[in-house]
Amino acid sequence: MILEIISLIILIFGIFFFMVGVVGLLRFPDVYTRLHATTKCDTLGVGLILFSIMLYQGFSGPSIKIGLMIIFIWLSNPTAAHAIAKAAYSVDIPMIKGTVFADQAKEESSSW
Amino acid sequence: MLIVAFTASCIFLVLMIFLCLYRAYVGPTVADRVISINVISTKAVAIMTLVSIIFHKEYFLDIALVYALISFLATIGVAKYLQKGVLE
Repeated sequence: MILEIISLIILIFGIFFFMVGVVGLLRFPDVYTRLHATTKCDTLGVGLILFSIMLYQGFSGPSIKIGLMIIFIWLSNPTAAHAIAKAAYSVDIPMIKGTVFADQAKEESSSW
Repeated sequence: MLIVAFTASCIFLVLMIFLCLYRAYVGPTVADRVISINVISTKAVAIMTLVSIIFHKEYFLDIALVYALISFLATIGVAKYLQKGVLE
């Protein structure tokens, strides 16, 4: 019973992070700021929801599989976000007005 | 009792997917659309896992794992095509 309440609280936190990510995706003005918002949605949202399902299941076969899914998503989604940001920076997608940045990453981003 | 909460969060995630589709349709550059499709695939993985728990079907977990892998490969491929111009 107490485990179900903890699982429900963690599920609500995961849904909250998904909602924050979508609001950031809709309202931020730039590619890079939108990427900053949706990365939270990728790691924390899906991680907390899957951890809540793990707590609900207990220690079993599907629970181990869900743990492997959490590890894979935490490895792969920041890599994909870095690849998108690198590609968007190297094809000169414009930033929001007033951005200050150092230009030394321009040479480094030309080789994969 | 907790199954009701899982079903409600499934419906909420589907509504969030429709909001992301608005950004994928409007978004001014290519990278906005790629980001939006990436978020939609992440939500699809969460929905598949929730459906697997709701209906007690264990093989949906394998489908969700393969879907996460395919979405990662698609995002890497589109980002490389956006940067280089060719896929080789």
